[in-house]
Amino acid sequence: MGAITLGRMTPYVFLAPAAAFMIVGLLYPIGYMVYASFLDWNPSQRIGEAEWIGLRNYVNLLQDDAFRESMFVTLKFASIVVSLEMLLGVGLALLLDREIRGVAVLRTIFILPMMIAPIVVGLMWRYMYHPTVGIFNRTLEDWGFQPIPWLSDANWALTSVIIADVWQWTPFIFILALAALQSLPRSALEAARIDGASAWQQIIYVKLPLMMPVLIVTALLRLIDAFKVLEVILVMTNGGPGLSTEILALRVYRTASEFRELGVAAAMSNYLLMLLLVLTVAMFIYNKVTEARAARLRQMAEKG
Amino acid sequence: MPRIRFDSVAKSYGSTQVLPPFDLDLDDGEFTVLVGPSGCGKSTTLRMLAGLEVLSSGEIWFDDRPISKLEPKDRDIAMVFQDYALYPHMNIAKNMSFALRLQRVPKATIDEKVSRVATMLGIEHLLLRKPGELSGGQRQRVAMGRALVRDSSTFLFDEPLSNLDAKLRSKMRTELAEMRNTLDKNMVYVTHDQVEAMTLGDRIVVMAHGLIQQQGTAEELFKQPVNRFVAGFIGSPTMNFLNAELAEHDGVLVASGDGFRLPLAEPLRHRLDNASGRRVILGIRPSSFRLATPEDAGGSEMELFIKVAEFLGAQLVLVTRCGEQELIVELESSTRFQVGSAAVFAVPSEDIMVFDETTELRL
Repeated sequence: MGAITLGRMTPYVFLAPAAAFMIVGLLYPIGYMVYASFLDWNPSQRIGEAEWIGLRNYVNLLQDDAFRESMFVTLKFASIVVSLEMLLGVGLALLLDREIRGVAVLRTIFILPMMIAPIVVGLMWRYMYHPTVGIFNRTLEDWGFQPIPWLSDANWALTSVIIADVWQWTPFIFILALAALQSLPRSALEAARIDGASAWQQIIYVKLPLMMPVLIVTALLRLIDAFKVLEVILVMTNGGPGLSTEILALRVYRTASEFRELGVAAAMSNYLLMLLLVLTVAMFIYNKVTEARAARLRQMAEKG
Repeated sequence: MPRIRFDSVAKSYGSTQVLPPFDLDLDDGEFTVLVGPSGCGKSTTLRMLAGLEVLSSGEIWFDDRPISKLEPKDRDIAMVFQDYALYPHMNIAKNMSFALRLQRVPKATIDEKVSRVATMLGIEHLLLRKPGELSGGQRQRVAMGRALVRDSSTFLFDEPLSNLDAKLRSKMRTELAEMRNTLDKNMVYVTHDQVEAMTLGDRIVVMAHGLIQQQGTAEELFKQPVNRFVAGFIGSPTMNFLNAELAEHDGVLVASGDGFRLPLAEPLRHRLDNASGRRVILGIRPSSFRLATPEDAGGSEMELFIKVAEFLGAQLVLVTRCGEQELIVELESSTRFQVGSAAVFAVPSEDIMVFDETTELRL
């Protein structure tokens, strides 16, 4: 009996170290954060000394205009950048999915921005946006236009930040969309040509619908990432002017380091986490549904 | 239906020439089969006709109209692909009506056409399903249906049956043969399977290494192959080839080689002057052999050692040896013989084909 039990237990024994790492490395910090969000906790205190205040952090945050503004900025930022990046990335992929000389070089150049560290991207754009010595304003002045207050005007700052993010992350959409395009069945596209579809009609009726599963997952991944963006904006505007570019991650960071309210910061992180969780679950459900559908199709096909 | 004419059409990829310039005429309403081993250029030829490949030089004419610069959609063609090429995200009705919807044909007309073709092909119960829910045979029918709905003057088939299992393939082959008789269309069909070519084609074009070897009816290709390649490619089991040397004895042309000595038919002697000593290749179809009877004595006889016998029902295929060479012999299965021993077979001398050893052309 002992041998049999041992045999059955073996896989779990082997899994145990990994499970332990998971618990310590993943669940402990999250649990810690959730716990902290119920505290009124100043960094000078040890966590045991902090006062338990229940859900007050969460309630207060909902009534906090700055937090709500920051939430709004985050949603606006994420939805705009992801829409723009999807449009540009997919568009570029559709353009470059062909055999022309030097296309391999072009593709490589396009994905370079993605490989640069976000801090560097932030610094680079901050210099380019510089009101007097930045390349944009100097060029505008050379052409006889008024300089634009890229980062110092509340109306322009978010646009500037969005441009930088689009610049950095469009390549991500581009390479995934290109991979999806190149795995499309060639003969179906040829059939569409014979059926009389113009280049546009091929894109709209055949290519895009067939790429859709990949595009949806790509958009969700990008959306999750966009909600957490921090470094580029931190370096470029530090959330300003005013609260115009203060996305949630930045506000969490400032709440913890400047306002020294660890409990509030934790509660804020939890709101962000919940938002991301909704997206992740949405993606998970989408995957499950498509898998189930594919399985059902296969079954029906086998039955004849 | 237009008459299709290839006028010194050639195709190269970069500096590699895959199809040297060739001419080919397809009569209107004809079912033409392009057949040959893989890499012979038959698919490329079809794809150039479809407009999926660009011609490197030459021109394709539909009657008096040059079409090589036209888009596929402007060529009045429909095509069935080897992997069916259905649109996976559209249901069957949408798949079949895609071309018509792009042309903005009225919905009532589309529905009418789709349901007529679907009924004809027996797929009307599948119209609302997606391609992924169909079996290979059903998908094949849908692909056919999508082409038929178009009502184009020319149908192109790119190995449409090669993804089906053997049983389904022969069934679809029969249906295609029926369809050929009922539809008045130009059909161009590409296959590597000589059986398909023989059963379907009004005209069969045999290709190899980018060159058209011969074209004609199935019977012409079988009985009058111009060269060794066509002789070996058409017919199943394939033709036996034997190296031989010609000699003239008492006014009779005789071919002899390793383990055999066969007198050849009279007309051949007239065609070949001074043939003595010439090295040739003999071609004998497996079906030309029969067990020799005493009356055959002195005619074309071969003694063959029977290695293996394969019983195929009505037919019997023997793997035999003549000297060092292997020969396939096909007999009626009622024939009696002994495996592992030698037997004498008779071959009608007019069934023996002679090919030049170097050019491989039939003499």
